[in-house]
Formats: sequence, C-alpha cells, structure tokens
Amino acid sequence: MFRFIFGRLAVLIPTFIGVSIIAFSFIRLLPGDPVMLMSGERVMSPERHTELMHQLGLDRPMYVQYFDYLTGLLQGDFGSSIVTKRPVLEDFVNLFPATLELSLCAIIVAVALGIPAGVLAAVKRGTWFDQSIMGVALIGYSMPIFWWGLLLIIFFSGYLGWTPVSGRISLMYFFPQVTGFMLIDSLISGQAGAFKSALTYLILPTTVLATIPLAVIARQTRSAMLEVLSEDYVRTARAKGMPPFRVIGIHALRNALIPVITTIGLQVGVLLAGAILTETIFSWPGIGKWMVDSVFKRDYAVVQGGLMLIAAVIMLVNLVVDVLYGLVNPRIRH
Amino acid sequence: MKKLSTLLAATAIATLMAGSAWSKTLVYCSEASPEGFDPGLYTGGQTFDASSRTAYNRLVEFKHGGTELEPGLAESYEVSADGKEYTFKLRKGVKFQTTEYFTPTRELNADDVIFSFERQYKTDNPWNKYVAGASWEYFAGMGFPDLIDKIEKVDDLTVKFVLKRPEAPFIANLGMDFASILSKEYADKLAADGKMELLNQQPLGTGPFTFVAYQTDAAIRYKANPDYWNGKQPIDDLVFAITTDAAVRAQKLKAGECHIMAYPNSADVAELKKDENLTVLEQEGLNVSYLAYNTLVPPFDKAEVRKALNMAVNKQAIVDAVFQGAATVAKNPIPPTMWSYNNAVEDDKYDPEAAKKMLEEAGVKDLHMKIWAMPVARPYMLNARRAAELMQADLAKIGVTAEIVSYEWAEYLKLSSAKDRDGAAILGWTGDNGDPDNFLDTLLGCDAVGGNNRAQWCNKDFDDLMTKAKATADVAERTKLYEEAQVIFKKEAPWNTLDHSLVVVPMSKKVTGFKMDPLGIHRFDGVDIAE
Repeated sequence: MFRFIFGRLAVLIPTFIGVSIIAFSFIRLLPGDPVMLMSGERVMSPERHTELMHQLGLDRPMYVQYFDYLTGLLQGDFGSSIVTKRPVLEDFVNLFPATLELSLCAIIVAVALGIPAGVLAAVKRGTWFDQSIMGVALIGYSMPIFWWGLLLIIFFSGYLGWTPVSGRISLMYFFPQVTGFMLIDSLISGQAGAFKSALTYLILPTTVLATIPLAVIARQTRSAMLEVLSEDYVRTARAKGMPPFRVIGIHALRNALIPVITTIGLQVGVLLAGAILTETIFSWPGIGKWMVDSVFKRDYAVVQGGLMLIAAVIMLVNLVVDVLYGLVNPRIRH
Repeated sequence: MKKLSTLLAATAIATLMAGSAWSKTLVYCSEASPEGFDPGLYTGGQTFDASSRTAYNRLVEFKHGGTELEPGLAESYEVSADGKEYTFKLRKGVKFQTTEYFTPTRELNADDVIFSFERQYKTDNPWNKYVAGASWEYFAGMGFPDLIDKIEKVDDLTVKFVLKRPEAPFIANLGMDFASILSKEYADKLAADGKMELLNQQPLGTGPFTFVAYQTDAAIRYKANPDYWNGKQPIDDLVFAITTDAAVRAQKLKAGECHIMAYPNSADVAELKKDENLTVLEQEGLNVSYLAYNTLVPPFDKAEVRKALNMAVNKQAIVDAVFQGAATVAKNPIPPTMWSYNNAVEDDKYDPEAAKKMLEEAGVKDLHMKIWAMPVARPYMLNARRAAELMQADLAKIGVTAEIVSYEWAEYLKLSSAKDRDGAAILGWTGDNGDPDNFLDTLLGCDAVGGNNRAQWCNKDFDDLMTKAKATADVAERTKLYEEAQVIFKKEAPWNTLDHSLVVVPMSKKVTGFKMDPLGIHRFDGVDIAE
C-alpha cells in the first residue's frame, strides 16, 4: 500500500512542475505588462518603466524568474500581488471557502435533481415527459451562464422580488469569518435570521452554477439507465414479478450509477470554470472573480500563484480519490 | 491577529446594532474592490473612494461637487513672491480617528504632514518600501520627486514646502488623493510592533468615516467619525457593497439593496430614470476623448490636412450612436466645466464638401490612413470601434480610405505613444485635479512628445504659454494664457476633439445631500438618508 501511495506521489512531482511552467508562462504570453497597465492612459517615461520593472524583478531573464518563483513555491511562498501587495496565499485562503461552498451546493443540487430526472426520462422513454426533460436539459446545457444569471436576477430579484440580487448575505449581518462557509458561520454567529439570509443569497448563484452539471448528469443517467434496463437480469427481475420500484431503484440504478459517478467527478472542472462567471455576475467573493480580475491587470503573482493553488487542490483531491480507490479495490494497487 | 481584529470589529458592530435595530446605514454599490487602503500607493478611483475620501483628508480639498479648492486640514496657506515656497497653517484641534486597532494620544501636527509626503519620495525613509513593489505612482506621475526640494516644520502647526521651481498647479495637486494626510503616531506604533503592512489594510486618518472592516471582494464597512473636525455625519454607518457587474448594480439599486450606485451601463440609464423610487443625477465629466493625428508623419504634419479631416467627421452622429446622448461634442481639449474653457473658440464645421476641397488644395490625393480604435470602454469613449467605423464611413465620403486597427489595451497604450506611429489614434483623458495644466500641458506639451502627447505635436507658441502659466499663481492671468492656448490648438488641429461624456449617478430618492463630482469621486460626507 505504501508503495502504491509513494508511486502516486511520485507522479505528482512532474505534474507539479508542469503546472508551474504553464501557470508561469501563460500569463506572460499575453501582451502588455503590469507596470504599463498600472499607469493607464498616463504614459510612464521609459526610465521609470525600467525602474519599476526592476523593482518588481520582471526585468530578469525568464528562467531566473521561474526558478526564483519555484524556490518560493517549495518554501510555501506564493508571492504577493503586484496590484494589492497582499500575499497571494492569504487572499486564496480567504476567498476559496466561498467558491467551495457555492460549488458544493451546486453539485448537490445537480445530483439531487439530475439523477431522478434522468431515471424518469429513461423509464418513460419516448413519451412527452422524456422528450421535455431532455429538451430542457439540452437548453440548460447550451445556455450562456452570463445571460442566464442576468435573466434570473431580472426576473426573480427585480420583477418578483423573491431573491436578493447579489452578495453572500444581507449587509445587515456582520460576523467574523470562522470557517469561511457562510452557512456555517451564520449558524455559529447565533444572529437571528443570518442563516436564512445566507441561504436565500445562495439560491440564484447555485441555480446558475448547477445548470450545466445538472443537464449533463440527467443526460448521462438517462443513457446509462436505458442501457441497463435492456439487460437480461432486469428482464428476469421483472419476470419474477419484482415491484417496478425495486427493479429500477435497486437493480438498475445501482449499475447505471457507475458511469454517472465518473461524470460527476469530471464536472468538478466544469464547476470551477463556471464559478468564474457565476461569481462575477453575483458579486460572489470567491477565487473565480479574483483570478479574472488579476488576468485583466496582468497581476502575474496572483495568476500563477492562484493557478498553482487550484491545481494543488485538484491534485490533492485526485490523490485522495486514487488512494481511496486503491483501498476499496485492491486490484488497482497492482 | 487579523481574525482577532475582525472579531473585535464585529463585536463593535453587533453592539452598535443592538442599540438601534438597524442604524442609519447608507449602502453604496461600488464598481470594484479597493486595491488597498493607502491612497499614496494606488491609482484606481475605487481605491480613492474607499480610502482617501472616507478615512482621510488633505491640506486642501476640492469643493464638494466642484474642482475649486477650499481649506482642508490647512486653514490657510501663503505663497512666497518667487512662487517657490508654500507655507501651510494647519487647523488646530483636529483629531485622528479612534478605532479598535489604535487610540491616538495627540492631535494632527506638522509631523503628520511631513511623514505623509516624505515616505513617498525619500528612498531612505523606512516607509518608502513598506509593501513589496510600492511605487507611489501618482506622486511620481505628478512630477513631485523632481519638484519638491524639502518640506520643513516651522512649528507644530505650520509646515513649509520648498519647491525647486515655481509651479502654479502644485496647490491643486495637493487636493489629490495621493496627498492624503496619515497619522505618524499610528505609523510609528505599527513600525514598533513590526506590522507596517497594516497601514495599507487598516486605514486611520482624520476623515469623516472611521474604517471598521474589509471583507475581501465583498464589502467595506465604516462608521461615522464622532470626532470629525467638520462635524459628525448625518448617517451612522456606511457600507460599500462591491458589485463588479454594472447590470447587477442597477438591479441591486432597483431592489433597494443599495442606495447609490457607481457607473451604470449607458443602456440601463433610461430604465433607471423610469423607476419612480430613483433619481438619476447627470453632470458633464472632467474628461475628453480625441482622435490624435501623428503630426510628425506626412501628410498629417500639415495643419490644413488635419483640419480637412476634422471637417469630414460628423461628431454629433458619434455622440448619438456611442453614448445615446449621454455626452456632448467637444471643441476644446479641456471640458466646459473647467475654468479657462474658451467658449469663443469655434469648432471645425462638419462640411464634407469643403473638407474634400481643402484636401485637394493641400495636394493630398487617394489618402490611405489608419484609425486606431481602443479595445476597451473608458468613461470618455464607450465604444471606440463603433466611433472608428463612423469616422471611416465619413472619411470615405471625401475619398479617404481609412483602415481600423486595434491592439490589446496595454499594447495599445504603448504603441500609440510611439513617435513613428502610423495613423490617428482614438484616446482620451480624465482630469486628476481640475487644473487646465493637467490637460493642456500633460497631453499637448512638447515634453510629452513620445509619451502622453499622442499627436506628437510640439508648437512653440503653445508651449511658451504653458510655461508662463505654470510660473504664475494668479488665476486670472493663467485663465488668459490658457484661453489663448486653446485658440492656437484649434488653429493647428493636432486632434479631432470628439466628446466630453456625462457622469451619471443613479440613486434612491431617499438619499439627500449627495453631490455629483466632476472628478469622478464618490463622496459621502454630508449625505443623509430618509428613514
């Protein structure tokens, strides 16, 4: 088992170096530099530009900057933002729980609605029910997130006044961040109404972020179910007179879920990409919005540090999943 | 430590709230997160709104809603006969804010003023590099490192700035955000505790609002400063709800989640005006947008060619299409709200026929030129490509073929400054301090060729007027000089002046006392809200 874990860890090293090179070089491939953008329309003299580039260490050869950055990373130093001057790690730790909370809520909603919808569509294959569910799923899958978010805000917040427009909680509530998860922190704070407020603020962003994964999961569940439902053992179960609920819920669904779970796993990346837009629309203070702002400002330190940290989180999750898989299924270890 | 301070702040707020269910709180939907809270370090308007205009004051202040100066922390000032010495008499009894993180023991004095400036240019000052990459961009941009010879403490309440040369706009520059006055006592305490970086995270000044907490990218909270030298504010609490998307800000305003919003989309303004709970304030902004010819490259080196091209463009059509009316056609390089604006100047008339003739007389045939269109929307030009397309169509009518080019923003800014740039570039400017010098000399002076002077235009008569105007402190005299400069500018036509856009602030009808600011600042002192 240790050998297995060691092997997995060894694979992480080239992945880590690969990600660090990509994170380091991609933002630098964009034209323009942070110093130039900092001054805007006000033109900086070439001497001042050189001086500031030197001050930020951006005038050194690329490989020197990279190794310097790598050394910092190995010591846990992700650098400081060129724009805000705050340490990248501090901002990431502050903002990541918001993204995680939103993503978790979205995936829970997507699974809770997507799987039953897919199962029902498969069972009622070819009926108007099936066609309308799959039609809605297709629309959901094709919907541009930005437009969809604004539409929901205009209708539910603007027209009906049911949900708040944007933010994480009503500004009336203010308590210290303990876990960074607003739902938990609002409970800890003990302020009356805070939890309910946090929940209402989650409705629209969760809906928007859950839309695409929900559509994908529903479609995947449907096709997996259709395949399983035509298997011999399902026919046998039915022939034995087993109640339909048991046939579908226990025998068929369990087997159909295997590819669905893989799909859910793959949606993590989709969620993070979706979070960038969702966070921007709903002023959700998470890492998506933070990264987008930093790309526009050519804040090299934040973009490369942020990417590394996100990659580290994903690598860590993958490692845990691999190890768990190895524990559950000994064949994988060999 | 950070968590402890947030906890303390939260307790303070909770106590406040327990006293009055939901005290008089004004919520402002701001457009972006502040870069930090030390106004000397940054250049972004959202940072200034959140730091210098709430927590801090300056020696002189811009009048609320205008660009004229009024006394701030300095009650009065005197200028020496040679224009090189400015002596400021500080206001007595000005208290710094008492916060959860610091309790001041003394009132404002000359040491605070000296500290606030010296840290920005003395490289041996321990505060000069207190955060990584501190560059004091505005201080440098306004030319202060080459201008200030020394700053002296005459007595506790008197401070003298000695300049290397006379510079009339100096006083207006002191009203700018980077010139905010910080507490030296607080800075010394932070230095002694080894926590210098907190100066940029927990501001402490003499301003109308006391900083309470910043929740990264979400909200900034302040409470009214009870010790404010100009009287306590009518509201109890001020909250900035950071909302980056303009359409969402508009929705928040309509839903009553905020009282005032920054920078609406021009497309949303009509809808906001229709809302009976809202008021939409409009004012001409302190800005200009222009098309700068490269006067070093033929045939644009001839004034008559530039004039002919100006006459071919229907600027009103651009204003209508790009701004839906929320702008006015520009004829001068400075906006009409600025002192010394020369209204007697006549703009180049839109007359394609005459333009065609002028071009022929200048010996220009089959002219092919490039129009540079900015890739981003700026307050003075919301859609440069659309404007460029309209110009392209207009120029085609007089036989000029125009090709539209664009680059990524940072690249655009760099390349458009080049002396050998091919073609005319669309760009603009938003004023920093209400002084005409900030437009005329900064954008059209000979020193700015290859830099801010995108027309690469160096005219001796114009430049002499700029030098003269800088050397005199007499506003009437300066007005005359700048008026004359605008006449030369129009005759020589290095730019086609396009527009001055309106600044729009939509807000709830419950809000009173909010004044539009031509400098684009959002100030909340004096603002009240009906229960």
